[in-house]
Amino acid sequence: MTLNRRRFLGAAAAAASLSAPMVRAMSKPRVVVVGGGAGGATAARYIAKDSKGAVDVTLIEPTRKYYTCFFSNLYLGGFKQMEDIGHSYGGLAAGGVNVVHDWAIGVDREAKTVSLAGGAALSYDKLILSPGIDFVDGAVAGWDVTSQNAMPHAYKAGSQSELLKAQLQAMPEGGVFAMVAPPNPYRCPPGPYERVSMVAHFLKQNNPTAKIIVADPKPKFSKMGLFQEGWANHYEGMVDWIGEEFGGGNVSVDPAAMTVTIDGEETKVDVCNVIPAMKAGRIAELAGVTDGNWAPVNAADMSAKADGDIHVLGDASQQGDMPKSGFSANSQAKVCANAVRGALTGSKVFPAKFSNTCWSLIAPNDGVKVGATYEATPEKIAKIDGFISQTGESADVRKATYKESEGWYTGITTDMMG
Amino acid sequence: MQGWGQILGAAAAVWMTTTLSGAAYAQNADVKAGAEVFTKCKGCHQIGNGAQHRVGPHLNGLFGRQAASYDDFSYSKSFRRAGAGGLEWHADTLDAFLENPRSLASRTRMSFRGLKKAQDRANLIAYLRQFSDDPADIPEADPTAQGSDHNVAPAILTLKGDPEYGQYLSGECTTCHLADGTDNGIPSIVLWPQDDFVVAMHAYKSKKRIHPVMQMIAGRLGDEEIAGLAAYFATLEE
Repeated sequence: MTLNRRRFLGAAAAAASLSAPMVRAMSKPRVVVVGGGAGGATAARYIAKDSKGAVDVTLIEPTRKYYTCFFSNLYLGGFKQMEDIGHSYGGLAAGGVNVVHDWAIGVDREAKTVSLAGGAALSYDKLILSPGIDFVDGAVAGWDVTSQNAMPHAYKAGSQSELLKAQLQAMPEGGVFAMVAPPNPYRCPPGPYERVSMVAHFLKQNNPTAKIIVADPKPKFSKMGLFQEGWANHYEGMVDWIGEEFGGGNVSVDPAAMTVTIDGEETKVDVCNVIPAMKAGRIAELAGVTDGNWAPVNAADMSAKADGDIHVLGDASQQGDMPKSGFSANSQAKVCANAVRGALTGSKVFPAKFSNTCWSLIAPNDGVKVGATYEATPEKIAKIDGFISQTGESADVRKATYKESEGWYTGITTDMMG
Repeated sequence: MQGWGQILGAAAAVWMTTTLSGAAYAQNADVKAGAEVFTKCKGCHQIGNGAQHRVGPHLNGLFGRQAASYDDFSYSKSFRRAGAGGLEWHADTLDAFLENPRSLASRTRMSFRGLKKAQDRANLIAYLRQFSDDPADIPEADPTAQGSDHNVAPAILTLKGDPEYGQYLSGECTTCHLADGTDNGIPSIVLWPQDDFVVAMHAYKSKKRIHPVMQMIAGRLGDEEIAGLAAYFATLEE
């Protein structure tokens, strides 16, 4: 029975491009989405919403509640509560998405099935992978997943964010907070530096003689001028950023001894936030659509270069010029949803358009932003035009930028989750 | 004098008022009711075609104008100081002023105690805005952009947008703007008259309106695309 059904679905999918209405008459096409973050949740919601029941949409997501990585630094700084950044999947379920809380552990591209840790196998006509990031093994000498309680990454929001905050609160007077920053490319380019700002803000209020050391393998970083201006204005003398030039990339840690060694110099620290090098979430690799650390995709519809029936969204994709951000994933998801729905139901497919804006908070009411628009070319998602906040902006402009980021947060989480 | 700094600040950073405060005053405002409220004002102020200064200055083109800026009207010292200090008339400054005129100009000669009800003020502001046509009177904000919004070719305004295309394109808007029309720090864009939507988007596209994100987004939308978005958002059901 299952085999017959699969064959049948395969035939139906093949027929879709020729005679879409027939497909609808015969059976509902199936979309399986893996990962309920900014990419996956948006794609699932849009396909379900816009196909008005004509497409069967299943979302696989292990967590019951999604804590956004964006704004999780604001939680560390005390500007948001954990509850403010947590979102349930009830809205998606009510919107017609079949939400399955399980882990996807394998993809059979021949049979077009996704296997789940719980034992089920789901058939798909189109598979959308939006698994976010995992960490590259051995990226920071001395650190692995067993050390993440001593030295949290806090780069997937939730318990890790709470742990890092608890450690920050427990820092002794005049203690040292260390961050090991990641190499490019990684999720949320301004994220580590917004985090430094939020930690500095917390320490300024609660532990003003404490210090922050950042070991960074990069010579420069996103919004660098804006952050450095902000650190000088708000947290003078507190932040010591050690870039590539001074050996910031030559780092090892000892989680048992709580030491960080930067370019041969060992320092005892009180909190150590290790953000290792990143790669696509593991299911992308298991599906065989990665090349190196990421999954190359076609810009027009976010389909994997390795398999036209698999689409990869957000951080896991290697698409060209867009930064790995929640905004980008949300933008890519809508392009993908339009293309997938068109392929399965014959609905009109419009040309791809992408955009991104990243807001960061440096201090209370001191918000900055960077953004750009992008288009699909045969080679990649290519940047068209962009803007960035300026150094020396007035307090009113910065405050307005922060308020705007709060509006955006409501907007994007509603757009994702319904 | 509480709030004075805020008000000057808001007036100085014009785009802040357009992004933040404008919509709050525009929501649920009733122009007809505002005309009723204006009966309290018209003993001293004229507005509309052929309006002249009388006891008070005429109120045409009020929005975006610096306070006390007519050379041919004799203002109180308080008002001249406020104008020189940067006070401009926008929805938020008018709201503060109408609530208690002396909060903005302590020795104003305008003998009016103020409107205590926020709804009365909102209605009156909506009414006054009818007479400030530069740029378009749209619900997003008071008219504060640089230059005129009205230089949109008639052919662009008569383009009939494809709402289905607009729906697809709207995905780019709803990353920030809420589809149900609430304003949580980013203005509502739903259920606008289509012409107003088109005019506003073209004003961003030509950089007459100054918000950088909107300039970027509108900057690469073609006439058909803007028309499609206008058509879609104009008919969006809640």
